[in-house]
Amino acid sequence: MGIITVENVTKNFDELGVLKGISFTLNEGEVLSIIGPSGSGKSTLLRCLTQLERIDSGRIEVCSMTMAKSEGETVQYADARTLKEIRLKLGLVFQNFNLFPHMSVLRNITEAQINVLGKSKAEATATARLLLAKMGLEEKEGAYPCHLSGGQQQRVSIARALALNPTVLCFDEPTSALDPELTVEILKVIKDLAKEKMTMIVVTHEMAFARDISDRVIFMDEGLIVEEGAPERLFNEPAMERTRRFLTRYTQ
Amino acid sequence: MRNLLPLLLVGTLTSLKIFALTLLFSVPLGAVVARGRMSGNRLVSSLVNIYIMIMRGTPLILQLLFVYFGPYYLFGASYDRFTAVIIGFVINYAAYFAEIYRGGIQSIPIGQWEASLVLGFSKAHTFTHIIVPQVVKRIIPAMGNEVITLVKDTALAQTIGVAELFRVAQSASARQFSTTPIVIAGLFYFIMNGVVSRSFDWLEKKLDYYH
Ligand SMILES: Nc1ncnc2c1ncn2[C@@H]1O[C@H](COP(=O)(O)OP(=O)(O)OP(=O)(O)O)[C@@H](O)[C@H]1O
Ligand SMILES: [Mg+2]
Repeated sequence: MGIITVENVTKNFDELGVLKGISFTLNEGEVLSIIGPSGSGKSTLLRCLTQLERIDSGRIEVCSMTMAKSEGETVQYADARTLKEIRLKLGLVFQNFNLFPHMSVLRNITEAQINVLGKSKAEATATARLLLAKMGLEEKEGAYPCHLSGGQQQRVSIARALALNPTVLCFDEPTSALDPELTVEILKVIKDLAKEKMTMIVVTHEMAFARDISDRVIFMDEGLIVEEGAPERLFNEPAMERTRRFLTRYTQ
Repeated sequence: MRNLLPLLLVGTLTSLKIFALTLLFSVPLGAVVARGRMSGNRLVSSLVNIYIMIMRGTPLILQLLFVYFGPYYLFGASYDRFTAVIIGFVINYAAYFAEIYRGGIQSIPIGQWEASLVLGFSKAHTFTHIIVPQVVKRIIPAMGNEVITLVKDTALAQTIGVAELFRVAQSASARQFSTTPIVIAGLFYFIMNGVVSRSFDWLEKKLDYYH
């Protein structure tokens, strides 16, 4: 069953075509990795899914709700209520965390639960504490983001996204801003989520990791999906020359 | 000499009134101006920009004269000098505050907006709860500088004949052939600014729990 269906999506920035017709589906419980060279449009794709960018044509469907659909020359987006509902189905973890610096760790995680989902403070706090414990950060609930290491900040931001109980969690290079030794702790968190059958889209430059956790891998280049498949297949015997070239550059 | 202190205190009270009323109106008006300056409507933003450029590019003393005498020359209408002072100060300071606000708002990383929107917060909620608190912290030093300047600028009210502290001190000095009133007035300004800068230090400390 498809949770996300993306069909022929294009996105231009002025004259520059960044997504040139992307189609894929994401199934429940699946971990999909997106790899590809810098500038290939990976972030833009995630940003279109999470409504940070508007698509120029194509169709996006999330949990059987149509988010946007081409109608002739223009793209019709759903009404505000549907868009908000869809927005809450998708969580996004950023490369540079983007925690709210003026809020404690706990408030970073409770704020949206209270103000967006309408949960009580007690309920939100309980959820936040549970997630912090899972992230190994129960001692840090009163701390401010500036007093945490990059790895800890990223774990808080994952907890913040999970607190809204999204159907799909998207990661945009979650470890790229981290030192190698901190990368490991984030990869472990994502791996644990994969074990719990969390549906995830992970944009990453960590090839070994992508191979390890993914059910499926998409290789993008210049705004197109060049190749997709099971990780063993795609990494061991890439069908396309472009994929092969990219992989040899990355794994050497 | 015995009459001097009460006289200076009355002048000080006028200066403080100018100071307080200017802040009361220009701090919020600055936000409106900043909103206009950042408007997506080109016409609005360029008109506001012209206003800001005039306010920052010409002497306050000239603006005060214009605000008070302008209506008189144009329509033969005259009005209360004190009101003119407040209007002149408010429109001048609102322009400076607007630019400080704008700089503060634009200095907040776009990622803060994005993280908030993705969590389902509305744009309005994001602005008031995520952006503004961070802007306030960032603009405190610049606001402190402006407010200290305002204390000293109140002396310009005398150009259209409002008897604020400096004017009172000057005339007392002329009457008594003594510089004492002026020195005392200087001391008063110094004390007022001491309070202002202490207050801003306190605010800065209070928001020091994060960066
Ligand atoms: N807001 C924008 N305005 C103009 N061009 C943009 C914008 N955002 C992205 N681009 C351009 O779109 C292209 C794709 O960018 P994108 O960030 O999606 O690539 P990416 O695959 O995520 O790359 P990286 O691996 O470096 O993160 C790039 O050429 C980039 O310069
Ligand atoms: Mg990217």
